[in-house]
Amino acid sequence: MFGFKNSRDDQRGTVQLTRRQLLKTGGLIMVSAAATGPLAILAGTGPVLHPPAPAQGPFPVPAGTLVDSFIAISANGDVIGFNGHVDLGTGVRTAIGQLVADEIETDIARVKIILGHTTRTPDLGPTIASDTIQNTSTPMRQAARQVRQLLINLAAERWSVPAAQLRTDNGFVIGAGKRLSYGELAAGQDLHIDLDQHMPLRSSKEHKYIGQSVARVDIPNKVLGALTYVHDVRLPGMLHARVVRPPYAGADHTAPLGSSLVSVDEHSIQHLPGIVKLVVQGDFIGIIAEREEQAIAAMRQLKVQWKEWAGLPDLSLAGLHATLDKLDKEPRMLREDENFKDAVQKITQPIDRDYVWPYHLHASIGPSCAVALFADGKAEVWSGSQNPHDLRKDLGKLIDLHPDFVNVHRMEASGCYGRNCADDVAADALLLAKAVGQPVRVQLMREQESAWEPKGTGQLIKLRGGLDDAGNVVAYELQTSYPSNLSPTLALVLTGKVKHEKKVLQMGDRTSIPLYDYPAVRAVSLDAAPIVRASWMRGVSALPNVLAHECWIDEAAWLAKADPIAYRLRYMKDERAVGVIQAAHRLSQWQDGVAHRAPTPAGEKIAKGRGFAYARYFHSKFPGFGAAWAAWVCDVSVNRETGEVKVDKVFCTHDCGAMVNPAGVRHQVHGNIIQSTSRALKEFVTFDASGTTSLDWGGYPLLRFDELPEVQIELLERPHEAPMGAGESASVPSAAAIANAIFDATGVRLTEVPFTPSRVLAALRQAEAKAKAQ
Amino acid sequence: MKFKLNGNTVDADKAAADTPLLYVLRNDMQLNGPKYGCGLGQCGACAVLIDGKVARSCSIPLSVVDGKEVTTLEGLSPEATRQAQAELAQDPLFQGLRDNALQAGSAPAAQPVHLHPVQQAFIDTQAAQCGYCVNGMVMALVALFDKRPQASDEEIKKQLAYHLCRCGTHLEILDAARKARALIAQGRGVHSAVAVVQGACATHGEAACSKELV
Repeated sequence: MFGFKNSRDDQRGTVQLTRRQLLKTGGLIMVSAAATGPLAILAGTGPVLHPPAPAQGPFPVPAGTLVDSFIAISANGDVIGFNGHVDLGTGVRTAIGQLVADEIETDIARVKIILGHTTRTPDLGPTIASDTIQNTSTPMRQAARQVRQLLINLAAERWSVPAAQLRTDNGFVIGAGKRLSYGELAAGQDLHIDLDQHMPLRSSKEHKYIGQSVARVDIPNKVLGALTYVHDVRLPGMLHARVVRPPYAGADHTAPLGSSLVSVDEHSIQHLPGIVKLVVQGDFIGIIAEREEQAIAAMRQLKVQWKEWAGLPDLSLAGLHATLDKLDKEPRMLREDENFKDAVQKITQPIDRDYVWPYHLHASIGPSCAVALFADGKAEVWSGSQNPHDLRKDLGKLIDLHPDFVNVHRMEASGCYGRNCADDVAADALLLAKAVGQPVRVQLMREQESAWEPKGTGQLIKLRGGLDDAGNVVAYELQTSYPSNLSPTLALVLTGKVKHEKKVLQMGDRTSIPLYDYPAVRAVSLDAAPIVRASWMRGVSALPNVLAHECWIDEAAWLAKADPIAYRLRYMKDERAVGVIQAAHRLSQWQDGVAHRAPTPAGEKIAKGRGFAYARYFHSKFPGFGAAWAAWVCDVSVNRETGEVKVDKVFCTHDCGAMVNPAGVRHQVHGNIIQSTSRALKEFVTFDASGTTSLDWGGYPLLRFDELPEVQIELLERPHEAPMGAGESASVPSAAAIANAIFDATGVRLTEVPFTPSRVLAALRQAEAKAKAQ
Repeated sequence: MKFKLNGNTVDADKAAADTPLLYVLRNDMQLNGPKYGCGLGQCGACAVLIDGKVARSCSIPLSVVDGKEVTTLEGLSPEATRQAQAELAQDPLFQGLRDNALQAGSAPAAQPVHLHPVQQAFIDTQAAQCGYCVNGMVMALVALFDKRPQASDEEIKKQLAYHLCRCGTHLEILDAARKARALIAQGRGVHSAVAVVQGACATHGEAACSKELV
């Protein structure tokens, strides 16, 4: 299946060696050269490409500027694509295979994709921002195209005909009455070239696989129970371990992490069977045992004394607004129109609102897991990391070795939707493997994952602005506060390898600029350090920011006595946005008119309503760039006796340009709709003064099968537009659309997520009391 | 402690009687299907069948299955799982992974094998994103269709209500359930591999036999 012709071992089933070994055996096209310049960046928004660097150890990372870092061909003609991004369960492994197959022009069944493995794939940055297809795959596509051209040139030389007379089809170069397979042409070649970063990609009209719903390559093995996940890795002689964390569950810089351990009583686990080693390093504690359940028993029974600490502010739903308001913040001006200060004076109908987003769990169903091995001064780690190349550097730092002594094998893992504990547990496993000299597997317990995963942060968005007498927007100001950062890998903090300190990351500005063409705008990011451990989560800061944007304009439309969609279109210039908005109008058979125009009679228990919201997800370093456009129309039923909100139906329209794999896009849109409905209706992390208290699914319920909305989506066909990220966009309008539907049903505006029964009921009662008083 | 696992009698002699079944299946029996999700029986990722009934192996001590029949994901279409696993040993993806499971890999068989209708339906409808919860979804549906091959959509939702999925694959999973129901209605066997393998054992005359009747 994966042999190569010129190798010494020509047997079927020979597993591919490294590219360099293959080069020695002559079975692989080898393309490399010294690149000039520090970091080459693709035109537009491509990934940063690192030039070759001298290897400092046994596990160097392939350079990003060389063709062979992205594409290899075995002598039997199989094409192997290498990409530093990973598949988080979204299906990009399959989609990337489609891209490569079309650019190099071969049968997709002959394409294999290696993702995230640090010695086999170039570092293209972490797999975030729905960016894999939109940007990160570009150099790989160019490399595939370039290899195809090389193969044509080789054939032209061999046949003594002009290259222009030759063509490629399905893994062969054809022309002059002859044909040669890619494998035959590639055999014995030793070519060295830079990646041509201006290499044009194939025209969309010529695509054979791009645009097709090719079946996902990973699903059969997942359904059959064949080895897929890091959780399933079993090395010979592997031991099992568990960690014991400090009691400040998920705390950040305000807790004494790194200096909180008072004592460990080794005798407390002496009576237990199978214990191999107790490892204590700073605040890091791990127990290695022969069997998994033995390690768990020891983790539970080990007596540890920690410093007392209960320093968290009030992070309850009721207290979050005040806590976020009082937080120490650094203002950063994102946009200030010259006329803003004057325009504010002309507001006659002010709409000043504060919107609050709660802490959310990424809530991976499988707690993070890793397997590590340390032998002969080298580290090998099997991990489900979202950013294996950065993890590799962290692991080097952890054990005082150059990263070139660390090899991260990326395996699939439970879906993460952002930064969960995958990197943390990899570091745990490595520390323990190094201590014991044998392979060690660590999986976090459910309560450890929930406690320590870097949360999707609570967020406060203040909108100030308003309308003139005619109902036109006069000025609009957004101030957003997102106390979160990258979350340093926990073992680095616990062992004191990185300083435990207050760190601010500028990531609250995603989709912070209003999507509408308002006459005077100011937008400010109030950057703040995390209160508890927090990092990016799907729709990073954009989902909360859009809750504010889209609830505000809905309220403006209502004040202007206008239809919510028609009012938005007054301020919308982007044709693609207008396209998805109009598609949602059509798909949902939207009835034009002002919201809450036909209130449910007072005596009826269930009030029904319909809401709209739109967003294009703008992400990455400000001002960033846009991914897919999405619009929601949703129907809700509000139980006025219990406050329970049911999302009955969601219509979603979505434009991500060319869809590499339409079924994959559909899957992402569905997943985003269900996950974000769950987040908006039900989810919030609970804390006490020492840390997270929602540690299992009882304390953090997710939307269930018997609570699903009906879903109807339309994926706009734009086959000749560039592909845009589809992994997050359909989440972004969710909470606002639901809030707007609740207003339509009840006349009550909710500005704080989640829309729990007690909150909705309180808002309804308050509105009733106010109405009576008037 | 002896029990029947996917048709074979196994002895979990290294594990204490109070060990959660999940760890015995994953570590002693080296199975990948049942997954640790919560350890509390809340999420369903660890589901297996015990005497045909769906159960959460993370919260069931080994002693409970003494003398009983346990079926895991691997036991539904054992030949297909074996082939898939054998093919992985040749996969460049796992180059450098000295995993136990990849050492014993025999050459993949040439002829296609039939899958259990529920597994077939999950593949046909692409009902996985990360797929971590899929084991539980499949096992719960196998148990449901064993009892009620024409279960209604409402019964399907009820059966899956306490199986959690975070990717939001619910709509595809419901499609898979309906597809499985249709396959079963077309005559694809609803019996899990235990029944098939028991039949095979009678054929081969062996007490513990993993050969499937083709």
